[in-house]
Amino acid sequence: MQAVTDLQQPIYLDYAATTPVDPRVVQAMLPYLTQQFGNPASRSHAFGWAAEEAVEIAREQVASLLNADPREIVWTSGATESDNLAIKGVAKFHAGKGKHLITVKTEHKAVLDTMRELEREGFEVTYLDVQPDGLLDLAQLEAALRPDTILVSVMAVNNEIGVVQDIAAIGALCRARRVLFHVDAAQAAGKIPLDLEKLPVDLMSLSAHKIYGPKGIGALYVRRKPRVRIEGQMHGGGHERGMRSGTLPTHQIVGMGKAYALAREHMAGENERLRALRNRLQEGLLRIPEAHVNGSLHARVPHNLNVSFPFVEGESLLMGIKGVAVSSGSACTSASLEPSYVLRALGLPDEVAHSSIRFSIGRFTTPDEIDRAVAAVTTTVAWLRGLSPLWEMHQAGVDLSTIAWASH
Amino acid sequence: MAYSDKVIDHYEHPRNVGSFDADDADVGTGMVGAPACGDVMKLQIKVDPVTGVIEDARFKTYGCGSAIASSSLVTEWVKGRTLAQALEIKNSAIAEELALPPVKVHCSILAEDAIKAAVADYRARQDGNVAEQPACSPVTSPSA
Repeated sequence: MQAVTDLQQPIYLDYAATTPVDPRVVQAMLPYLTQQFGNPASRSHAFGWAAEEAVEIAREQVASLLNADPREIVWTSGATESDNLAIKGVAKFHAGKGKHLITVKTEHKAVLDTMRELEREGFEVTYLDVQPDGLLDLAQLEAALRPDTILVSVMAVNNEIGVVQDIAAIGALCRARRVLFHVDAAQAAGKIPLDLEKLPVDLMSLSAHKIYGPKGIGALYVRRKPRVRIEGQMHGGGHERGMRSGTLPTHQIVGMGKAYALAREHMAGENERLRALRNRLQEGLLRIPEAHVNGSLHARVPHNLNVSFPFVEGESLLMGIKGVAVSSGSACTSASLEPSYVLRALGLPDEVAHSSIRFSIGRFTTPDEIDRAVAAVTTTVAWLRGLSPLWEMHQAGVDLSTIAWASH
Repeated sequence: MAYSDKVIDHYEHPRNVGSFDADDADVGTGMVGAPACGDVMKLQIKVDPVTGVIEDARFKTYGCGSAIASSSLVTEWVKGRTLAQALEIKNSAIAEELALPPVKVHCSILAEDAIKAAVADYRARQDGNVAEQPACSPVTSPSA
Protein backbone atom coordinates (compact mmCIF):
# COMPACT_ATOMS: atom_id res chain seq x y z
CA MET A 1 0.00 0.00 0.00
CA GLN A 2 1.33 3.36 -0.94
CA ALA A 3 2.00 5.13 2.32
CA VAL A 4 2.43 8.59 0.98
CA THR A 5 -0.51 10.21 -0.71
CA ASP A 6 0.97 12.49 -3.29
CA LEU A 7 -1.44 15.27 -3.99
CA GLN A 8 -0.94 17.19 -7.16
CA GLN A 9 -1.77 20.48 -5.56
CA PRO A 10 -0.74 21.10 -1.96
CA ILE A 11 -3.60 21.87 0.38
CA TYR A 12 -3.17 24.50 3.05
CA LEU A 13 -5.02 23.70 6.26
CA ASP A 14 -2.80 25.63 8.65
CA TYR A 15 -4.62 28.97 8.70
CA ALA A 16 -4.06 29.23 12.44
CA ALA A 17 -0.32 29.44 11.77
CA THR A 18 -0.67 32.18 9.18
CA THR A 19 -2.85 33.20 6.26
CA PRO A 20 -2.15 34.28 2.69
CA VAL A 21 -2.52 38.02 2.22
CA ASP A 22 -5.82 38.73 0.51
CA PRO A 23 -5.17 40.08 -3.01
CA ARG A 24 -7.36 43.08 -2.20
CA VAL A 25 -5.09 43.85 0.73
CA VAL A 26 -2.01 43.64 -1.48
CA GLN A 27 -3.61 46.07 -3.92
CA ALA A 28 -4.30 48.52 -1.14
CA MET A 29 -0.71 48.32 0.14
CA LEU A 30 1.28 48.68 -3.07
CA PRO A 31 0.97 52.43 -3.72
CA TYR A 32 2.47 53.09 -0.29
CA LEU A 33 5.69 51.38 -1.21
CA THR A 34 6.71 53.34 -4.25
CA GLN A 35 4.39 56.28 -4.65
CA GLN A 36 3.03 57.40 -1.31
CA PHE A 37 6.15 56.38 0.55
CA GLY A 38 6.37 59.33 2.89
CA ASN A 39 7.03 59.09 6.59
CA PRO A 40 3.72 59.64 8.40
CA ALA A 41 5.60 61.74 10.96
CA SER A 42 6.81 64.18 8.31
CA ARG A 43 4.45 67.03 9.10
CA SER A 44 6.01 69.53 6.76
CA HIS A 45 5.14 68.19 3.33
CA ALA A 46 2.52 66.41 1.28
CA PHE A 47 4.40 63.11 1.23
CA GLY A 48 4.07 62.91 4.98
CA TRP A 49 0.50 64.17 5.06
CA ALA A 50 -0.63 61.55 2.55
CA ALA A 51 1.00 58.80 4.55
CA GLU A 52 -0.44 60.08 7.78
CA GLU A 53 -3.91 60.20 6.27
CA ALA A 54 -3.61 56.58 5.17
CA VAL A 55 -2.48 55.57 8.65
CA GLU A 56 -5.44 57.27 10.27
CA ILE A 57 -7.88 55.70 7.85
CA ALA A 58 -6.43 52.29 8.69
CA ARG A 59 -6.64 53.06 12.38
CA GLU A 60 -10.32 53.79 11.91
CA GLN A 61 -10.76 50.51 10.03
CA VAL A 62 -9.18 48.46 12.79
CA ALA A 63 -11.16 50.30 15.46
CA SER A 64 -14.38 49.74 13.52
CA LEU A 65 -14.09 45.98 13.59
CA LEU A 66 -13.93 46.17 17.38
CA ASN A 67 -16.34 49.06 17.96
CA ALA A 68 -13.50 51.01 19.52
CA ASP A 69 -12.23 54.57 19.25
CA PRO A 70 -9.37 54.99 16.74
CA ARG A 71 -7.37 56.78 19.40
CA GLU A 72 -7.36 53.50 21.31
CA ILE A 73 -5.34 51.72 18.62
CA VAL A 74 -1.55 51.62 18.97
CA TRP A 75 0.45 50.14 16.06
CA THR A 76 3.04 47.50 16.85
CA SER A 77 5.08 44.94 14.88
CA GLY A 78 2.60 42.18 15.65
CA ALA A 79 0.59 40.50 18.37
CA THR A 80 3.73 39.25 20.10
CA GLU A 81 4.94 42.79 20.56
CA SER A 82 1.44 43.84 21.62
CA ASP A 83 1.46 41.13 24.29
CA ASN A 84 4.85 42.32 25.50
CA LEU A 85 3.74 45.94 25.53
CA ALA A 86 0.49 45.23 27.37
CA ILE A 87 1.95 42.96 30.02
CA LYS A 88 5.27 44.67 30.65
CA GLY A 89 3.68 48.08 30.12
CA VAL A 90 1.08 47.50 32.83
CA ALA A 91 3.52 45.80 35.17
CA LYS A 92 6.07 48.59 35.04
CA PHE A 93 3.52 51.39 35.26
CA HIS A 94 1.49 49.88 38.09
CA ALA A 95 4.25 48.16 40.09
CA GLY A 96 3.64 50.61 42.90
CA LYS A 97 0.12 49.31 43.28
CA GLY A 98 1.00 45.63 43.22
CA LYS A 99 3.25 43.04 41.65
CA HIS A 100 0.93 40.11 41.07
CA LEU A 101 -0.34 39.01 37.65
CA ILE A 102 -2.62 36.18 36.62
CA THR A 103 -2.71 34.24 33.37
CA VAL A 104 -3.64 30.80 32.04
CA LYS A 105 -1.44 27.81 31.21
CA THR A 106 -2.83 27.57 27.70
CA GLU A 107 -1.77 31.07 26.63
CA HIS A 108 0.51 31.66 23.66
CA LYS A 109 4.23 31.73 24.37
CA ALA A 110 4.21 35.47 23.68
CA VAL A 111 2.23 35.85 26.90
CA LEU A 112 3.79 33.03 28.93
CA ASP A 113 7.39 33.93 28.14
CA THR A 114 6.70 37.59 28.90
CA MET A 115 5.21 36.58 32.24
CA ARG A 116 8.31 34.46 32.96
CA GLU A 117 10.49 37.43 32.21
CA LEU A 118 8.53 39.53 34.71
CA GLU A 119 8.97 36.81 37.31
CA ARG A 120 12.70 37.12 36.79
CA GLU A 121 12.33 40.83 37.49
CA GLY A 122 10.59 40.26 40.80
CA PHE A 123 6.91 40.05 39.88
CA GLU A 124 4.69 37.18 40.96
CA VAL A 125 2.58 35.29 38.44
CA THR A 126 -0.22 32.79 38.93
CA TYR A 127 -0.74 30.39 36.01
CA LEU A 128 -4.29 29.05 36.15
CA ASP A 129 -5.29 25.58 35.04
CA VAL A 130 -8.09 25.00 32.57
CA GLN A 131 -10.83 22.41 32.57
CA PRO A 132 -10.60 19.37 30.31
CA ASP A 133 -12.56 21.21 27.62
CA GLY A 134 -9.99 24.00 27.65
CA LEU A 135 -12.20 26.60 29.32
CA LEU A 136 -11.20 28.62 32.35
CA ASP A 137 -13.12 28.01 35.57
CA LEU A 138 -14.20 31.46 36.77
CA ALA A 139 -14.27 30.32 40.38
CA GLN A 140 -10.56 29.55 40.09
CA LEU A 141 -9.85 33.01 38.72
CA GLU A 142 -11.85 34.61 41.48
CA ALA A 143 -9.93 32.65 44.09
CA ALA A 144 -6.63 33.72 42.55
CA LEU A 145 -7.35 37.45 42.56
CA ARG A 146 -5.56 39.35 45.35
CA PRO A 147 -5.44 42.94 46.54
CA ASP A 148 -2.03 43.29 44.85
CA THR A 149 -3.12 41.85 41.49
CA ILE A 150 -2.58 44.36 38.71
CA LEU A 151 -3.33 42.39 35.56
CA VAL A 152 -5.20 39.37 34.30
CA SER A 153 -4.34 38.08 30.82
CA VAL A 154 -6.58 35.55 29.04
CA MET A 155 -6.70 34.90 25.31
CA ALA A 156 -10.04 35.09 23.53
CA VAL A 157 -9.44 32.17 21.16
CA ASN A 158 -6.78 29.50 21.64
CA ASN A 159 -4.44 28.98 18.71
CA GLU A 160 -4.03 25.23 19.19
CA ILE A 161 -7.50 24.00 20.04
CA GLY A 162 -9.70 26.90 18.97
CA VAL A 163 -11.69 27.19 22.20
CA VAL A 164 -13.34 30.52 23.01
CA GLN A 165 -13.06 31.86 26.56
CA ASP A 166 -15.90 33.77 28.21
CA ILE A 167 -14.24 37.17 27.90
CA ALA A 168 -17.31 39.08 29.05
CA ALA A 169 -17.57 37.18 32.31
CA ILE A 170 -13.84 37.28 33.00
CA GLY A 171 -13.78 40.99 32.30
CA ALA A 172 -16.72 41.65 34.58
CA LEU A 173 -14.91 39.85 37.39
CA CYS A 174 -11.77 41.91 36.83
CA ARG A 175 -13.75 45.15 36.68
CA ALA A 176 -15.44 44.38 39.97
CA ARG A 177 -12.02 43.95 41.56
CA ARG A 178 -10.48 46.90 39.70
CA VAL A 179 -7.88 44.74 38.02
CA LEU A 180 -6.80 45.46 34.47
CA PHE A 181 -7.78 42.83 31.91
CA HIS A 182 -5.70 42.04 28.84
CA VAL A 183 -6.93 39.81 26.03
CA ASP A 184 -4.72 38.28 23.35
CA ALA A 185 -7.12 38.38 20.40
CA ALA A 186 -4.68 37.35 17.68
CA GLN A 187 -6.83 34.35 16.73
CA ALA A 188 -10.12 36.08 17.53
CA ALA A 189 -10.27 39.40 15.67
CA GLY A 190 -12.31 38.99 12.53
CA LYS A 191 -13.40 35.53 13.61
CA ILE A 192 -15.69 36.17 16.54
CA PRO A 193 -17.63 39.38 17.18
CA LEU A 194 -15.76 41.66 19.59
CA ASP A 195 -17.52 44.80 20.78
CA LEU A 196 -15.16 46.76 22.97
CA GLU A 197 -17.84 49.20 23.90
CA LYS A 198 -19.64 46.36 25.67
CA LEU A 199 -16.78 44.06 26.64
CA PRO A 200 -14.98 45.10 29.84
CA VAL A 201 -11.53 44.67 28.30
CA ASP A 202 -8.73 47.13 28.99
CA LEU A 203 -6.06 45.93 26.56
CA MET A 204 -6.31 43.75 23.50
CA SER A 205 -3.54 42.36 21.27
CA LEU A 206 -4.28 42.26 17.56
CA SER A 207 -2.56 40.55 14.65
CA ALA A 208 -2.77 41.14 10.93
CA HIS A 209 -1.34 37.99 9.45
CA LYS A 210 -3.94 35.73 11.09
CA ILE A 211 -6.69 37.50 9.17
CA TYR A 212 -5.35 37.82 5.62
CA GLY A 213 -3.10 40.80 6.31
CA PRO A 214 0.68 40.99 6.03
CA LYS A 215 3.09 39.64 8.63
CA GLY A 216 5.05 42.09 10.73
CA ILE A 217 2.24 44.43 11.78
CA GLY A 218 -0.22 44.35 14.63
CA ALA A 219 -1.82 46.63 17.17
CA LEU A 220 -2.61 47.00 20.82
CA TYR A 221 -5.99 48.30 21.88
CA VAL A 222 -5.60 50.53 24.96
CA ARG A 223 -8.85 51.67 26.55
CA ARG A 224 -9.46 55.37 27.03
CA LYS A 225 -12.62 55.21 29.08
CA PRO A 226 -11.66 54.52 31.79
CA ARG A 227 -8.14 55.46 30.78
CA VAL A 228 -5.56 52.72 30.89
CA ARG A 229 -1.96 53.75 31.41
CA ILE A 230 0.99 51.67 30.31
CA GLU A 231 4.71 52.25 30.12
CA GLY A 232 6.02 52.19 26.58
CA GLN A 233 8.61 49.52 25.87
CA MET A 234 10.00 50.91 22.63
CA HIS A 235 11.59 54.32 23.02
CA GLY A 236 12.71 56.84 20.45
CA GLY A 237 10.54 59.70 19.32
CA GLY A 238 7.36 59.25 21.28
CA HIS A 239 5.13 57.96 18.49
CA GLU A 240 1.68 56.55 19.26
CA ARG A 241 1.17 58.88 22.21
CA GLY A 242 4.45 57.77 23.73
CA MET A 243 3.35 54.17 23.92
CA ARG A 244 5.32 52.87 20.95
CA SER A 245 8.10 54.73 19.22
CA GLY A 246 9.27 53.99 15.72
CA THR A 247 8.45 55.15 12.23
CA LEU A 248 5.08 53.82 11.24
CA PRO A 249 5.21 51.38 8.29
CA THR A 250 2.48 52.94 6.19
CA HIS A 251 2.11 50.10 3.72
CA GLN A 252 1.84 47.53 6.52
CA ILE A 253 -0.68 49.62 8.39
CA VAL A 254 -2.77 50.15 5.28
CA GLY A 255 -2.67 46.39 4.78
CA MET A 256 -3.85 45.67 8.30
CA GLY A 257 -6.61 48.26 7.96
CA LYS A 258 -7.85 46.77 4.71
CA ALA A 259 -7.70 43.25 6.14
CA TYR A 260 -9.78 44.32 9.13
CA ALA A 261 -12.26 46.16 6.90
CA LEU A 262 -12.70 43.04 4.81
CA ALA A 263 -13.09 40.94 7.95
CA ARG A 264 -15.80 43.24 9.20
CA GLU A 265 -17.61 42.96 5.90
CA HIS A 266 -17.32 39.20 5.50
CA MET A 267 -17.15 37.75 9.02
CA ALA A 268 -20.74 36.59 9.40
CA GLY A 269 -20.99 35.02 5.97
CA GLU A 270 -17.55 33.46 6.20
CA ASN A 271 -18.23 31.91 9.56
CA GLU A 272 -21.28 30.17 8.18
CA ARG A 273 -19.35 28.80 5.24
CA LEU A 274 -16.47 27.73 7.46
CA ARG A 275 -18.75 26.06 9.96
CA ALA A 276 -20.13 23.87 7.18
CA LEU A 277 -16.60 23.07 5.98
CA ARG A 278 -15.45 22.32 9.53
CA ASN A 279 -18.40 19.97 10.04
CA ARG A 280 -17.56 18.24 6.79
CA LEU A 281 -13.97 17.83 7.98
CA GLN A 282 -15.03 16.67 11.42
CA GLU A 283 -17.46 14.06 10.08
CA GLY A 284 -14.87 12.73 7.69
CA LEU A 285 -12.11 12.49 10.27
CA LEU A 286 -14.26 11.04 13.02
CA ARG A 287 -15.09 8.13 10.74
CA ILE A 288 -11.55 6.99 11.47
CA PRO A 289 -11.83 4.54 14.38
CA GLU A 290 -11.08 6.07 17.80
CA ALA A 291 -10.26 9.52 16.42
CA HIS A 292 -11.45 12.29 18.73
CA VAL A 293 -11.54 16.07 18.92
CA ASN A 294 -9.52 17.91 21.58
CA GLY A 295 -11.13 20.84 23.37
CA SER A 296 -14.68 21.99 23.84
CA LEU A 297 -16.96 21.04 20.98
CA HIS A 298 -19.31 23.95 21.43
CA ALA A 299 -17.21 26.87 22.65
CA ARG A 300 -14.87 26.93 19.68
CA VAL A 301 -14.28 28.88 16.49
CA PRO A 302 -15.31 27.18 13.26
CA HIS A 303 -11.82 27.67 11.87
CA ASN A 304 -10.04 25.17 14.07
CA LEU A 305 -10.19 21.42 14.61
CA ASN A 306 -7.64 19.63 16.76
CA VAL A 307 -7.93 15.86 16.42
CA SER A 308 -6.04 12.95 17.96
CA PHE A 309 -5.51 9.67 16.13
CA PRO A 310 -4.54 7.19 18.84
CA PHE A 311 -1.70 4.75 18.27
CA VAL A 312 -0.28 6.83 15.43
CA GLU A 313 2.43 9.42 15.98
CA GLY A 314 1.86 12.94 14.64
CA GLU A 315 5.03 13.54 12.70
CA SER A 316 4.82 10.24 10.86
CA LEU A 317 1.24 11.16 9.99
CA LEU A 318 2.33 14.50 8.60
CA MET A 319 4.94 12.71 6.51
CA GLY A 320 2.28 10.49 5.02
CA ILE A 321 -0.03 13.33 4.10
CA LYS A 322 2.65 15.43 2.47
CA GLY A 323 0.83 17.90 0.32
CA VAL A 324 -1.57 18.69 3.15
CA ALA A 325 -0.18 21.44 5.34
CA VAL A 326 -1.26 21.11 8.97
CA SER A 327 0.52 21.10 12.31
CA SER A 328 0.87 18.60 15.12
CA GLY A 329 1.10 18.64 18.90
CA SER A 330 3.68 15.88 18.74
CA ALA A 331 7.01 16.40 20.43
CA CYS A 332 8.78 15.32 17.27
CA THR A 333 7.48 18.34 15.42
CA SER A 334 8.63 20.86 17.98
CA ALA A 335 12.14 22.24 18.17
CA SER A 336 12.21 21.57 21.91
CA LEU A 337 11.01 17.97 21.58
CA GLU A 338 8.27 18.75 24.10
CA PRO A 339 4.71 17.73 23.33
CA SER A 340 2.06 20.42 23.14
CA TYR A 341 1.77 22.17 26.49
CA VAL A 342 -1.78 23.20 25.63
CA LEU A 343 -2.96 19.63 25.24
CA ARG A 344 -1.11 18.74 28.42
CA ALA A 345 -2.95 21.54 30.22
CA LEU A 346 -6.22 19.91 29.18
CA GLY A 347 -5.11 16.97 31.28
CA LEU A 348 -4.54 14.84 28.20
CA PRO A 349 -1.78 12.23 28.44
CA ASP A 350 1.33 12.87 26.37
CA GLU A 351 0.50 10.11 23.91
CA VAL A 352 -2.61 12.04 22.94
CA ALA A 353 -0.48 15.09 22.24
CA HIS A 354 1.91 12.96 20.19
CA SER A 355 -0.95 11.74 18.01
CA SER A 356 -2.70 15.06 17.55
CA ILE A 357 -3.07 17.14 14.41
CA ARG A 358 -4.36 20.68 14.18
CA PHE A 359 -6.44 21.43 11.09
CA SER A 360 -7.35 25.07 10.56
CA ILE A 361 -9.38 26.38 7.63
CA GLY A 362 -9.98 29.79 6.15
CA ARG A 363 -11.19 32.11 3.44
CA PHE A 364 -9.76 30.14 0.54
CA THR A 365 -10.51 26.60 1.73
CA THR A 366 -12.77 24.57 -0.60
CA PRO A 367 -14.95 21.50 0.01
CA ASP A 368 -12.77 19.55 -2.42
CA GLU A 369 -9.69 20.31 -0.33
CA ILE A 370 -11.48 19.04 2.76
CA ASP A 371 -12.41 15.80 1.01
CA ARG A 372 -8.91 15.21 -0.31
CA ALA A 373 -7.40 15.93 3.10
CA VAL A 374 -9.80 13.52 4.80
CA ALA A 375 -8.92 10.83 2.26
CA ALA A 376 -5.19 11.39 2.75
CA VAL A 377 -5.47 11.25 6.54
CA THR A 378 -7.69 8.17 6.48
CA THR A 379 -5.30 6.25 4.24
CA THR A 380 -2.23 7.29 6.19
CA VAL A 381 -3.69 6.50 9.61
CA ALA A 382 -4.66 3.03 8.42
CA TRP A 383 -1.16 2.52 6.99
CA LEU A 384 0.58 3.67 10.15
CA ARG A 385 -1.63 1.59 12.37
CA GLY A 386 -0.42 -1.39 10.37
CA LEU A 387 3.06 -0.37 11.45
CA SER A 388 2.15 0.40 15.05
CA PRO A 389 2.89 -2.01 17.91
CA LEU A 390 0.46 -0.01 20.06
CA TRP A 391 -2.40 -0.52 17.65
CA GLU A 392 -1.50 -4.20 17.48
CA MET A 393 -1.70 -4.52 21.25
CA HIS A 394 -4.87 -2.49 21.44
CA GLN A 395 -6.50 -4.75 18.84
CA ALA A 396 -5.44 -7.75 20.92
CA GLY A 397 -7.29 -6.32 23.88
CA VAL A 398 -4.23 -5.24 25.83
CA ASP A 399 -4.78 -2.30 28.17
CA LEU A 400 -1.79 -0.11 27.37
CA SER A 401 -2.09 1.79 30.61
CA THR A 402 -1.10 -1.33 32.51
CA ILE A 403 2.20 -1.77 30.75
CA ALA A 404 5.50 -0.87 32.38
CA TRP A 405 7.37 0.70 29.50
CA ALA A 406 11.14 0.36 29.26
CA SER A 407 11.85 3.89 28.16
CA HIS A 408 15.35 5.05 27.31
CA MET B 1 11.59 19.01 8.51
CA ALA B 2 13.74 17.90 5.60
CA TYR B 3 14.05 14.12 5.53
CA SER B 4 16.90 12.31 3.83
CA ASP B 5 16.01 10.21 0.83
CA LYS B 6 16.82 7.07 2.79
CA VAL B 7 14.44 7.96 5.61
CA ILE B 8 11.71 8.65 3.07
CA ASP B 9 12.47 5.36 1.34
CA HIS B 10 12.17 3.38 4.57
CA TYR B 11 8.99 5.21 5.44
CA GLU B 12 7.36 4.59 2.08
CA HIS B 13 8.72 1.06 1.71
CA PRO B 14 9.41 -0.24 5.20
CA ARG B 15 11.22 -3.55 5.35
CA ASN B 16 10.03 -6.52 7.37
CA VAL B 17 6.93 -5.05 8.93
CA GLY B 18 4.98 -7.50 11.03
CA SER B 19 5.14 -9.87 13.96
CA PHE B 20 6.40 -13.30 14.89
CA ASP B 21 4.75 -15.36 17.57
CA ALA B 22 6.49 -14.13 20.70
CA ASP B 23 5.94 -17.51 22.32
CA ASP B 24 7.95 -19.24 19.63
CA ALA B 25 11.13 -20.68 21.11
CA ASP B 26 13.27 -19.29 18.30
CA VAL B 27 12.00 -15.75 18.67
CA GLY B 28 13.39 -12.87 20.73
CA THR B 29 11.21 -9.81 21.27
CA GLY B 30 12.46 -6.40 22.30
CA MET B 31 10.07 -3.53 23.04
CA VAL B 32 11.60 -0.16 23.88
CA GLY B 33 10.37 3.36 24.29
CA ALA B 34 7.10 4.62 25.72
CA PRO B 35 3.93 6.15 24.28
CA ALA B 36 4.41 9.15 26.53
CA CYS B 37 7.72 9.81 24.78
CA GLY B 38 6.23 9.45 21.33
CA ASP B 39 8.45 6.52 20.38
CA VAL B 40 7.82 2.79 20.78
CA MET B 41 9.73 0.18 18.81
CA LYS B 42 9.06 -3.53 18.80
CA LEU B 43 11.83 -5.58 17.22
CA GLN B 44 11.62 -9.34 16.85
CA ILE B 45 14.37 -11.70 15.73
CA LYS B 46 14.10 -15.29 14.64
CA VAL B 47 17.27 -17.16 15.50
CA ASP B 48 18.58 -20.45 14.20
CA PRO B 49 19.10 -22.37 17.46
CA VAL B 50 21.97 -24.36 16.03
CA THR B 51 24.08 -21.62 14.47
CA GLY B 52 22.92 -18.69 16.62
CA VAL B 53 22.43 -16.68 13.44
CA ILE B 54 19.50 -14.31 13.10
CA GLU B 55 17.56 -15.69 10.16
CA ASP B 56 14.73 -13.23 10.05
CA ALA B 57 13.46 -10.10 11.75
CA ARG B 58 10.27 -8.11 12.06
CA PHE B 59 9.47 -4.68 13.40
CA LYS B 60 6.57 -2.43 14.35
CA THR B 61 7.09 1.16 15.36
CA TYR B 62 5.01 3.98 16.76
CA GLY B 63 7.03 7.12 16.15
CA CYS B 64 8.20 9.69 13.68
CA GLY B 65 9.60 9.01 10.21
CA SER B 66 13.15 8.75 11.54
CA ALA B 67 12.08 6.22 14.17
CA ILE B 68 10.29 4.11 11.59
CA ALA B 69 13.30 4.28 9.28
CA SER B 70 15.76 3.40 12.06
CA SER B 71 13.86 0.30 13.07
CA SER B 72 13.22 -0.75 9.47
CA LEU B 73 16.93 -0.43 8.72
CA VAL B 74 17.84 -2.47 11.77
CA THR B 75 15.72 -5.44 10.63
CA GLU B 76 17.78 -5.49 7.45
CA TRP B 77 21.09 -5.23 9.25
CA VAL B 78 20.53 -7.97 11.84
CA LYS B 79 19.63 -10.60 9.29
CA GLY B 80 22.51 -12.97 8.75
CA ARG B 81 24.34 -11.80 11.86
CA THR B 82 25.00 -13.81 14.97
CA LEU B 83 23.58 -12.47 18.22
CA ALA B 84 27.00 -11.19 19.21
CA GLN B 85 27.42 -9.43 15.87
CA ALA B 86 23.98 -7.89 16.15
CA LEU B 87 24.95 -6.39 19.50
CA GLU B 88 27.80 -4.62 17.76
CA ILE B 89 25.47 -2.46 15.72
CA LYS B 90 25.94 1.10 16.93
CA ASN B 91 23.40 3.89 16.79
CA SER B 92 25.98 6.13 15.16
CA ALA B 93 26.09 3.80 12.16
CA ILE B 94 22.31 3.90 11.90
CA ALA B 95 22.26 7.68 12.17
CA GLU B 96 24.96 8.01 9.54
CA GLU B 97 23.29 5.63 7.11
CA LEU B 98 20.03 7.51 7.36
CA ALA B 99 21.68 10.95 7.56
CA LEU B 100 19.69 11.77 10.70
CA PRO B 101 19.88 15.36 11.90
CA PRO B 102 21.08 15.86 15.51
CA VAL B 103 17.55 16.30 16.81
CA LYS B 104 16.67 12.80 15.50
CA VAL B 105 19.73 10.90 16.66
CA HIS B 106 17.80 9.63 19.67
CA CYS B 107 15.69 7.53 17.26
CA SER B 108 18.81 5.62 16.27
CA ILE B 109 19.68 5.13 19.94
CA LEU B 110 16.28 3.62 20.51
CA ALA B 111 16.81 1.26 17.57
CA GLU B 112 20.12 0.12 19.04
CA ASP B 113 18.34 -0.45 22.36
CA ALA B 114 15.70 -2.50 20.56
CA ILE B 115 18.33 -4.86 19.21
CA LYS B 116 19.79 -5.30 22.68
CA ALA B 117 16.37 -5.94 24.15
CA ALA B 118 15.48 -8.51 21.48
CA VAL B 119 18.77 -10.36 21.94
CA ALA B 120 18.46 -10.26 25.73
CA ASP B 121 14.94 -11.63 25.50
CA TYR B 122 15.98 -14.44 23.20
CA ARG B 123 18.88 -15.40 25.45
CA ALA B 124 16.74 -15.27 28.58
CA ARG B 125 14.23 -17.59 26.97
CA GLN B 126 16.99 -20.01 25.92
CA ASP B 127 18.26 -20.09 29.48
CA GLY B 128 14.84 -21.28 30.55
CA ASN B 129 13.99 -18.02 32.27
CA VAL B 130 10.71 -17.97 30.47
CA ALA B 131 8.86 -17.07 33.66
CA GLU B 132 8.58 -13.42 32.75
CA GLN B 133 7.21 -12.77 29.31
CA PRO B 134 8.06 -9.29 28.20
CA ALA B 135 5.00 -7.28 29.06
CA CYS B 136 4.86 -6.18 25.48
CA SER B 137 4.16 -9.45 23.67
CA PRO B 138 0.67 -9.32 22.22
CA VAL B 139 -1.58 -12.34 22.11
CA THR B 140 -1.80 -12.52 18.36
CA SER B 141 -1.15 -15.22 15.85
CA PRO B 142 2.04 -14.89 13.85
CA SER B 143 1.81 -12.64 10.85
CA ALA B 144 5.04 -12.96 8.97
